[in-house]
Amino acid sequence: MFVLIVGCGRAGSALAKNLLGDGNTVSVLDESAESHRLLDVDMETNWEDAGGMFTVGTALEIDALVEAGIENADAFVAGTNGDNTNLVIAQIAQRRFNVPRSSSACLTRAVPPGTPSKACTRFVRPRRASTC
Amino acid sequence: MYVIVVGGGKIGINLARELMQKGHEVTLVEQNRRRYSVLEPQLEHVVHLGDGTELWVLERAGIERADMVIAVTGDDEDNIIISQVAREKYGREKIIARCNNIRNMEHFDLLNIKPVISSTDLILRLIEHEVPQHGLVHLLKLQAEDIEIIEVEVSAGSRAANKRVEEIDLPEGGLIIALLRDRAGIVPRGDTVIEVGDEVLLVLNPGLEEGITALFAAPEESFA
Repeated sequence: MFVLIVGCGRAGSALAKNLLGDGNTVSVLDESAESHRLLDVDMETNWEDAGGMFTVGTALEIDALVEAGIENADAFVAGTNGDNTNLVIAQIAQRRFNVPRSSSACLTRAVPPGTPSKACTRFVRPRRASTC
Repeated sequence: MYVIVVGGGKIGINLARELMQKGHEVTLVEQNRRRYSVLEPQLEHVVHLGDGTELWVLERAGIERADMVIAVTGDDEDNIIISQVAREKYGREKIIARCNNIRNMEHFDLLNIKPVISSTDLILRLIEHEVPQHGLVHLLKLQAEDIEIIEVEVSAGSRAANKRVEEIDLPEGGLIIALLRDRAGIVPRGDTVIEVGDEVLLVLNPGLEEGITALFAAPEESFA
């Protein structure tokens, strides 16, 4: 499976390495070139030698998403640290690029208990991977 | 009218003030504590501290009874989410969103959010109006209603040159509303003559631009 992960933080990079280890093709997009470091940590070879792709770019920019391979993606994970960015790019992946499986990670801060803080489930169907 | 404005920057605060001046009830939502502390002495109960993309913040601001929601934060993704939540969860119909980065306009379009205002876009249109490169200038687009105001220069040799307004064979869905000549605007009557060099302002249903260009701008061959 070709998976595009946007956001190379702790969660994104960990997921990326796992998926690559399972034999998938993984492309990671992050706006900071620095974040590539997280992809090389705890790996036998570096990210690219292991077959991974890494693109520097802004999540919301179509050009960046295309360069990172969204047109060929089987799955898309929006894992930036901005909830709203994640919700928007997951919708773009679904509606504009018809990526079969798109999910958005919503990591919200402390919230009054019992209140679903964001309408995560509404926009990204059929499933969302959220820790709301 | 009860209006919720999300985003307490320059646009938000000025909007809030103008709306209140006109007698409307307003709540301004701002998430940054420091900015909020600047706004609070001026606006008091009108300003709320909170993230306007969160449901409980919108509910505390009374979104269920809002007549209008205006998303003017500095982040396009926030403005998109606010607009979507207002429409899809709370059923608000009158929503205006701001787009900061022109390149994100296509995302607003994709998610069917309109009207969307981008000040960069508006200024670009005015620049084009001041210094037209060639062809049509799109001055104003009312997206929700699907109507445009465009401007085109009358070139020598075109079908419209030296004709009276009433003689111009406009396509259905187009109407001449003004002629700009020598830095003055003329609202024409049927018998006003269109001169070479006039900038003609038309109101138009979209999709008719080619027919307009054919009428007012001379065909390529005539420059031989």
